[in-house]
Amino acid sequence: MWEFILLAISAAIPAGTPLLFGTLGEVYAERSGVLNLGVEGMMIMGAVTGFAVSLTTGNIFIGVLAAGAVGGLFSLIHAFASITLKVNQVVSGLALTMLGLGLSGMIGKQYVGIPLPVRLQSLYIPGLSDFPILGRLLFRYDPLVYIALLLVPLLWFILYHTRGGLTLRSVGENPASADALGVNVNLVRYLAVCFGGFMAGIGGSYLSVAYSPAWIEGMTAGSGWIVIALTIFSTWDPTRALIGAYLFGGVRVLQFRLQPLGISPNLLNMLPFILTILVLMISSAQAFRKRIGTPAALMQIYSREDR
Amino acid sequence: MKHLRIPKMHIQRRPNPSKTTQVVALALSLVFAFITIAILFFVLGVDPLFAFVRIFRGGFGSVYGLTETVSKAIPLMLAGIGLTIAFRARVYNIGAEGQLLIGAIVATGIALGFPDLPSTILLPAMFIGGFLGGAMWGIVPAILKTRLRVDEVLTSLMMVYIAIEAVNYLIYGPWKGPDESGFPYTSAFSPAGRIPRIGITRIHYPTVIIAILLAVLIYLIIERTRIGYEIRVTGENPEAARFAGMNYHKIVLLVMSISGGMAGLAGVGEVAGIHYRLRYPGGISPGYGFTAIIVAWLARLNPIASLVTAFLLGGLLVGGDAIQVALRLPAAIIQIFNGIILLFVIGGDVLTRYKLSVEA
Amino acid sequence: MNKAVGKQETVVVMRDIVKKFPGVIANAGVDLSVYKGEIHALLGENGAGKTTLMNILYGIYQQDEGKIWVNGESVAIKSPQDAIKLGIGMIHQHFRLVITHTVAENVILGLRDRLLFPARAAEKRIRDLSTRYGIKVDPNAYIWQLSAGEQQRVEILKALFRGARILILDEPTSMLTPQETEELLATLRQMTQEGYTIIFITHKLDEVIEFSDRVTVLRQGKVVSTLETSRSNPGELAKLMVGREVIFRVKKKEMHRGDVVLEIKNLSTLGDKLMPAVKNVSLSVYAGETLGIAGVAGNGQRELVEAVTGLRPVIEGRIILKGTDITRASPRKRIDLGLGSVPGERMIGLVPNMTVADNLILKSYLRPEFNKSLFMDQRSIREHVDRLIQEYSILTPSRETPVKLLSGGNIQRVLLARELSDSPPVLIATHPTSGLDVGAIEYIWDLLIKERDAGRAILLISEDLEEIMALSDRIAVMFEGEVVGIVKPQETTPEQIGLLMAGGNPGSSGDVQ
Repeated sequence: MWEFILLAISAAIPAGTPLLFGTLGEVYAERSGVLNLGVEGMMIMGAVTGFAVSLTTGNIFIGVLAAGAVGGLFSLIHAFASITLKVNQVVSGLALTMLGLGLSGMIGKQYVGIPLPVRLQSLYIPGLSDFPILGRLLFRYDPLVYIALLLVPLLWFILYHTRGGLTLRSVGENPASADALGVNVNLVRYLAVCFGGFMAGIGGSYLSVAYSPAWIEGMTAGSGWIVIALTIFSTWDPTRALIGAYLFGGVRVLQFRLQPLGISPNLLNMLPFILTILVLMISSAQAFRKRIGTPAALMQIYSREDR
Repeated sequence: MKHLRIPKMHIQRRPNPSKTTQVVALALSLVFAFITIAILFFVLGVDPLFAFVRIFRGGFGSVYGLTETVSKAIPLMLAGIGLTIAFRARVYNIGAEGQLLIGAIVATGIALGFPDLPSTILLPAMFIGGFLGGAMWGIVPAILKTRLRVDEVLTSLMMVYIAIEAVNYLIYGPWKGPDESGFPYTSAFSPAGRIPRIGITRIHYPTVIIAILLAVLIYLIIERTRIGYEIRVTGENPEAARFAGMNYHKIVLLVMSISGGMAGLAGVGEVAGIHYRLRYPGGISPGYGFTAIIVAWLARLNPIASLVTAFLLGGLLVGGDAIQVALRLPAAIIQIFNGIILLFVIGGDVLTRYKLSVEA
Repeated sequence: MNKAVGKQETVVVMRDIVKKFPGVIANAGVDLSVYKGEIHALLGENGAGKTTLMNILYGIYQQDEGKIWVNGESVAIKSPQDAIKLGIGMIHQHFRLVITHTVAENVILGLRDRLLFPARAAEKRIRDLSTRYGIKVDPNAYIWQLSAGEQQRVEILKALFRGARILILDEPTSMLTPQETEELLATLRQMTQEGYTIIFITHKLDEVIEFSDRVTVLRQGKVVSTLETSRSNPGELAKLMVGREVIFRVKKKEMHRGDVVLEIKNLSTLGDKLMPAVKNVSLSVYAGETLGIAGVAGNGQRELVEAVTGLRPVIEGRIILKGTDITRASPRKRIDLGLGSVPGERMIGLVPNMTVADNLILKSYLRPEFNKSLFMDQRSIREHVDRLIQEYSILTPSRETPVKLLSGGNIQRVLLARELSDSPPVLIATHPTSGLDVGAIEYIWDLLIKERDAGRAILLISEDLEEIMALSDRIAVMFEGEVVGIVKPQETTPEQIGLLMAGGNPGSSGDVQ
């Protein structure tokens, strides 16, 4: 029994890692007041880029960084549409997702069915990693898992204890007040959205270079949407994003563990989406009761001259 | 960081754009969308001119192409018309794809369950069942929105994934046809459960008639009736609607069920008019429910104009199939068109409402 | 009056400032010079261009034409950041504070000297500044916990913290009680002693007289005159401001009070933060009577109105309209029973993008004569709408014009026409004249008095004491969600009401029935 739980948890953490990257990025984007429904598109662009670049350079880290860069660049489309042109954020994000799914399919056509010759080495510290239970639980993942994990306290600290974080939060709460104090609201929003894209790109590439090293068309399979739900669940707090992401990683693992018991894989595939709805129900009710969380200016277009 | 500068653009409101401005802006956005797609294709190593000619010829260049375009326009019309009414109330039903699949499931269930009923009873029962199924799938996010204030964008989308898995479950499991030689299909419908077509084409014309009638009906509902007035007020200013004593919950439930039901009808048309069976989800709908969002938006949320925009996008789908075959491109290519067109259409919308000037 | 005036060292000069917005010329060649160490008032009606001019000085807008000098140097102010560098600070009428953040966080926002925020150092400087100018505020308090007066102090601190020497205040007293206004004045005086320069925007004559050393009067985007306050008088200023003689005298007939129409019994409700906002309020409104509700913004007036109109759930107590208990009734039911309401924020009650006609039927669209068949009867709607446009002299190009294109005064007429068209026994009017020019105010005051004389029960909510005093037959004062006193205007003074508004007890707390 312990063995089973241990295995499940140690499998849940890598499974939740792409979601964690994506959610951390979207938390920052939404903290600036911009909702980006293009996460799914940015993640899939990251997945195809990460795979392609890792394959051609033979270096996974270059691949992952390239995926982040592409995700960041890709998000600029949404930034331009929603911040500069001030269009409907819902529709613009949706368009970004469609575009990402299409482009990645085109670009990835040549990579279908090719295995990735290089692999991300998992951490192995002789002694520690062999330590029963804890060794397995703590010291046996690939480096990206640890990077994502380290980003959680780092991004939390930046958000709540630095000037940059204060500026970001203020822009998302009351852009007019930030503007009146000389903060460049649009620049902050551009940077936040771009960071969100960068993180989504990395999260996507984790799927194609580490979690299941191969390119499959549409391989994000709704992860981007789960990220958006997790952002709400996290109440826009990086530390709570961690809990949510690993929880969904756990569900993913559960899917595979339950399959041998004879439950239809199709029904099991519904699990993450049903859970997403449940999570949204719980967090929406909670947010309403406590009136906390949602950045006050989320989805609000800001224009200095409009006041 | 300090020298990072975003090009300075000044946007001024234009209080009341004229109809001509709106049409010109729409046309211009489409032109620019296609130029952008051409550039993208070029970068990706596809000859844009060749691709566009193939797309146009495929969708509109032959009688066969045109009939295919019409047959693909049918689900786009039905789902798109439904979305106009939801979007007018500013209720973001993004889950038409799932509602379509549920409509297909219910129609299949009825067709397979009562194969011996005469066509005059079976087909209407399938349409009504499909409408109700889609409406039910649409009402779930609506209830979550009104009762628990859960945002409908995400829930309606999650319901798409659930619907896809539901179809998969049925065709691989309990509904798998015994005589389909291992393919994940249900058995074929009895002839009574098949919508008649025009000659050898795949145009199942009764569905077209239903779409046109519903377009007019929904147009009249939005523009001429009391409930339409409530929908428009709610969409423009929900606060004012509440202030005027309108029931917001009722409006959300209503528009979500109408748009869900319309998408459900589209699903009925696909299984009963095209495939005569339930197949894997991607086979029933190559994303009609998502393309329908563009249909509605391109039509500026006018149900009657949606008939035209559905035809255009239907042609694009057929043309997209043509270049997929000719250039061996993945099916996802159509999503590039969807994404770019949608971006430029909403961008073009802005041009009508604002004057833009760029400053170095 | 002020020693600094003698030196006449100018700190700000604005010359020939022109600013155009689509369809409006907000500033048509404005000249302004401000001396160091003075309190300079910018006086004008709403829409005279005062705020636009100051937004240009603070870099929120850029002028289309004209030049600006600050401290003798020609400057181009392209953003608030440029203005801050020049030592200019602005306190907007609607505070620009992040309400979920603390005072300290708000004060240091946008500063760039260090990466981490130096909470300790900031706190210390805030406390130093506070004691020096008598601006009492706790650096660790959250903004939403503060009163309007305290929030204004935070705004002033924000400017001082950035080294502002020239302070612009836009309608600084509109959210304050008379007593808080006095405190503000003392702070400003103290600051001018130390060489600060104050520019304040107002449309209230008594404030100009009481506060300022000099005053520049604007009318329709142009400067009418700049003069020393001590050599002027309210009559002259009013004439300059409006361009004609104005005598705000309201001809009110003797009240003929009828039966109780609206009864509010021990009503309690929660605010947006789910904290008690209205506490045990009991009021009765009689036919043919105007009951005014006075109070500083945010003392429960909005929540009270929302509870009565059915937009906010009632926690305790009852609301009775013409003998029917409507405590739990839907908003529609209340409208049908005869409750009209002109909302405080105009755009809440309107659909800006829809036509004048659509907006005029927003409450009455369910009438049987509009709904004879399945479809709405366009002709009878047109007739109804045209009649209202004529009756209330609504100035609009056509009934199909989007209502957002109308002027503020005409938008208010649309609202009043709509709410009165069903002839409801009770009319709630919230800030009916805020932001309107004198002509529009006169019209609306006349209309409200006519309606009262015709036997309607009117519940008037206003933060403008003059308006409350002029129109009401009884005045209920709200403070922190409670009715702290009910007085008759002819038996009281604005000062006594001001004291009640600040939560003080004026001595005679006997309620007037």
